[in-house]
This record gives sequence, C-alpha cells and structure tokens, in this order.
Amino acid sequence: MMKKLFALFFAALLAGSVVAQEAPDALVQRVTEEVLDIVRKDVDIQNGNANKVVDLVDRKVLPHFNFHRMTALALGKEWRKASPQQRDQLTAEFRTLLVRTYSNALTGYKNQKVVFKPFRMAPGETDVLVRTEVLQPGSKPVQLDYGLEKGDNGWKVYDVEVAGISLVTNYRDQFATEVRNGGIDGLIASIAAKNKSIEAKSEKK
Amino acid sequence: MTKSLGLSVMRIGRQVAVGGWVALLLAGSAAAQDGAKDPYEGFNRSMFAVHEAIDKYAAKPVAQVYDNVAPLPVKMGVGNFFGNAGDLWIGVNNAMQGKFGSAGIDLGRLLINSTVGIFGLFDVASELGLEKHDEDFGQTLAVWGVSDGPYFFWPVIGPRYLRDTGGWGVDVLVDPIATTRPVSARNGMAALRFVDIRAGLLPADKVVEEAALDKYAYIRAAYQQRRRNQIFDGRPPRLDD
Repeated sequence: MMKKLFALFFAALLAGSVVAQEAPDALVQRVTEEVLDIVRKDVDIQNGNANKVVDLVDRKVLPHFNFHRMTALALGKEWRKASPQQRDQLTAEFRTLLVRTYSNALTGYKNQKVVFKPFRMAPGETDVLVRTEVLQPGSKPVQLDYGLEKGDNGWKVYDVEVAGISLVTNYRDQFATEVRNGGIDGLIASIAAKNKSIEAKSEKK
Repeated sequence: MTKSLGLSVMRIGRQVAVGGWVALLLAGSAAAQDGAKDPYEGFNRSMFAVHEAIDKYAAKPVAQVYDNVAPLPVKMGVGNFFGNAGDLWIGVNNAMQGKFGSAGIDLGRLLINSTVGIFGLFDVASELGLEKHDEDFGQTLAVWGVSDGPYFFWPVIGPRYLRDTGGWGVDVLVDPIATTRPVSARNGMAALRFVDIRAGLLPADKVVEEAALDKYAYIRAAYQQRRRNQIFDGRPPRLDD
C-alpha cells in the first residue's frame, strides 16, 4: 500500500516536472508542429470545414491558453470591478469570439512554413515573448509572436501578436466603449450577440 | 460600371494609395497608454464610411477579379516588381535613420533583383538571405523624434497619423512609379500596384469582419499597434498592462 502510494506520488511529481520543464519556446514549437501536421493531412480543414478546425484548436491549442488572463488584459482596469460571475461569462464569450474568428486562419492554410526565431530567457523569468515568422510563397513573411506567462500549471499563452498587432489589446478601446455605454453586462451581451451572428452566418453556408 | 468606376477611383488614388491599403488592415499599442489619439473621430468616421463604400463597389471587386484570374507566378512577379521599385527609398530611409547595415542590404537587394531577378520580377535576394525591410519617411520622422500627432482616416489611402500623412506625401514625391512617363504607363502601373496590394489584403477582410465589435475602432487600434511595431522594426519595447 505504502509502496503504491509512493509510486503514485513519484509519478505525479515526474509528470508535473515534465510539464513545468518544457520551456516556452519548446512548447510553442511542439504545438505549432503538431497542429500543422494535422492540417497538412486533413483535406476537410484545408477546404474550410469550420467545425473540424474548431475541434482541432479545442483539443490541441486551447489547453495551452489562459483566457482569463487574456480577457483581463483586453478589459484593463474594469476587470477588477467585475464580479467573479461576470468575469467567467465575459471570458467564455470572448473565448468563443477569438477561437471562431482566428481558427479560420488555419483553413486558409497553403503550404505556409513557420520559422522559430532564436529565443533566450533569463533564469527565473515568468513572462516571455516567443517569436515566430510565417513564410508563404509569394508573400512577405508575417511576424507571429506569442506572449506566455508561467503559472502553477506551466507556461500558458496569454497574447498572440500578428505583425505586431496584439489580438487581445486590439480590443481595449472597443471594450472600454462598450463598458462606458452599458457596463460590463452590456459588453458581455454585445460579444454574445456577435458570436450568435457569426454562428448564424456559418450555418447558412 | 463597377470596373470603370474602380479605375477612375484608382486614377484619383494613384500609386499613392498603395501604402494606405497596406496599413489599413495590417496596421503598436501606444493608444492603450494615452487613449485612442483620435480627436477628430466624427470626421474620421464619416471618411471611413466613404472609404468603405469605395472599397465595396470598386477596389475590392477589382481585387477579387485579379486574385481569381491571375495565376500565382504572375501575382508573385507583380508583387516582386513593385517591391523592388520601393527598395531604393527603403534603403535611403534606413540610412537616414542611421541604420547603414540595413541600407546596404536594401541596396544589395536592388542591384541583385534588378539584374539577376530580371527587372525585379524575381526576388532572388530574399532567397540569398537579404531580407526585405519595411520603411517609409513617416518612420524616419518618428526616429528623428516627431510624435504621432492626431489620428486620421483618409478615404482610399486609409489610416494615418498626422506625421505619417506628411511622410506619405514625401513617399509619393520620390516614388519611382509616380515619376514614370508616359503618363498612361504610370497610371497603368499605379493601378496594378493598387490592385495587387488590395488583393493581398483580401484574406484579412473576413477576419476583421468577424472579429470586430466596431470595425472602425478595430482598424484604428490595429493601425496604431502596427505603426508602433514598424517604427521599432518589429521589436517595440513592451508596454505595461
């Protein structure tokens, strides 16, 4: 009994340390390669099957994202005034919006290659930017960077920047305007309505 | 009808429109610090509406036709040709910003692509590892210490800070396409460049359409972030949350 417990404890410790030890740049590289590998083989995704893409992103990518942190970043100071319930609702709606709109980018996949830029990190650092570049025949390379933060469960992505444009902070002004007009609940309602209209449109197709 | 309107609009916009479209969708979050820097928002929103109408009925349909009809090697050649035409001025701007190493690369690109690359139709230099840079006179002014100034949205050319509106005017004055003669050749090339750049932005249209709660504010934030990123050559100092 004691032996079994000890083994279990040891296994858990090991598993935990593996997660914690994967450096942020290695994490980004591994997940990127896994996802691109699947997309390369999946004709449905290449042809724009939205449900399949969302499913892939759900399984492979989202476990490595911290959506609470993303939402807090987009909302700014107001986040502190929001109730726990409002925070959860807002995070859920914002998550849906981001996942829907940006997974579409994967359906446009046409032999792009991702190059991982040299990465250096000071020991003990908990907030880093991992830089990559997307190469596509006939187009200029596009800068694609990931902001990651180290938490209890290892490194999590809290920001994605395309060509220097943070997909998260790009919402700051819009969120601030919505909160000014209708409070945090008004903002939640606006994003929910936006999500519904996107869903309705994709069903019509 | 659409097409003739499109071409006449392009003639008005000429080659100068080009940079604006690039900035439009691919547009640093300085705004997050000191508000949206948009004191003329009412004016800008009406200009944005004009811009959207021109895009919807003229620029975008023409770009879609071009995108569907032109084969990939043609599109690549067109993009490379105009890229090559811009490399000298990019190099001059790098030199004016004190980045002589980068300026040397730009000059090397121009020499290689204009010769081995057959008048710039092939970007041989990139394959040799001479990376293309993204510079304009507005960025040079920023490096010289000129602040952004208020934000504007102009029809056809798109979003520009006051500084970068002036910078763009200088870019146009020295643009090799704008000084091409005869005028008919200039207009044709300018129109083609405009269409090429608009076509390159087509994939971004859907993302903006779906992602934005307010398209005007979304594009403004994107321009402001993008501009900051350009000025710092892709490595802007990180802002505090």
